[in-house]
Amino acid sequence: MFNRIGATIVVICLSSTAALSQGAKLTDPQIAHIAYTAGEIDIKAAKQALDKAGSKEVKEFAQGMVRDHEAVNKQALDLVKKLKVTPEDNDTSRALSKQASEKLGELGKLKGAEFDKAYIANEVAYHKTVNGALETQLIPSASNAELKSLLQTGLKIFQGHEQHAEHVAADLK
Amino acid sequence: MSPERIVLLTTVMLAAASGPARAATIQISMDKLEISPAMASAKVGDTVEWINKDALVHTATARNGDFDVTLPPNKTVSSVLKKPGTVDYYCRFHPNMKATLKIDP
Repeated sequence: MFNRIGATIVVICLSSTAALSQGAKLTDPQIAHIAYTAGEIDIKAAKQALDKAGSKEVKEFAQGMVRDHEAVNKQALDLVKKLKVTPEDNDTSRALSKQASEKLGELGKLKGAEFDKAYIANEVAYHKTVNGALETQLIPSASNAELKSLLQTGLKIFQGHEQHAEHVAADLK
Repeated sequence: MSPERIVLLTTVMLAAASGPARAATIQISMDKLEISPAMASAKVGDTVEWINKDALVHTATARNGDFDVTLPPNKTVSSVLKKPGTVDYYCRFHPNMKATLKIDP
């Protein structure tokens, strides 16, 4: 499907902010879907990086993203099962997925050090966006206490990822 | 409690107190990306039970290289302290998790 995506360069930090700032009150099934989707996006990006990255540090970073996001998403799945909640697709999830596909297509054309820099720059921007959304939108909107707590733990983990990405970005300069 | 029982208990307690120092077990947990207690004390020969309550893999990695324990999600791993020192350690995967373990000889 990525072949369909044109070469349009999307500034993900701007467009995903737009995707996450629609303002409407989100329901728990929608929040669960957004959080899960956001994790899946980062796992896909990391798998692409494991394939393409030149630097050992970038590869290690990508391994960490797969490890942590898979663990958090597994917890999320266990929780929605337990709560008998069916995650519900929504505009925010769809916009996130669309932007992510475009970004994968864009990064897919790069190689070596160029790929490494672009991937890490996007990871910094992406985690900033998602963390901002978690803090200002998803966590405050979540009604179920267990969902809220999982999102809060997620935020803490992803803030660590953001710092890590910034650190790697600085090393690549 | 009967007087005999109190005497017996006291004897047992005295025996325990006067015997050679025995290896103890201390527990250090990792929960929601926090290590607690952040500062713990133990002796060489003591066992640390590292309790990982998170769904994430963590490590307890000494900055000075004295130990590096990998903690699978929701598992407890025991390790015996071999060298004295005040050791700062952290999680290699989540470096914001930091704590100190003071190991007396």
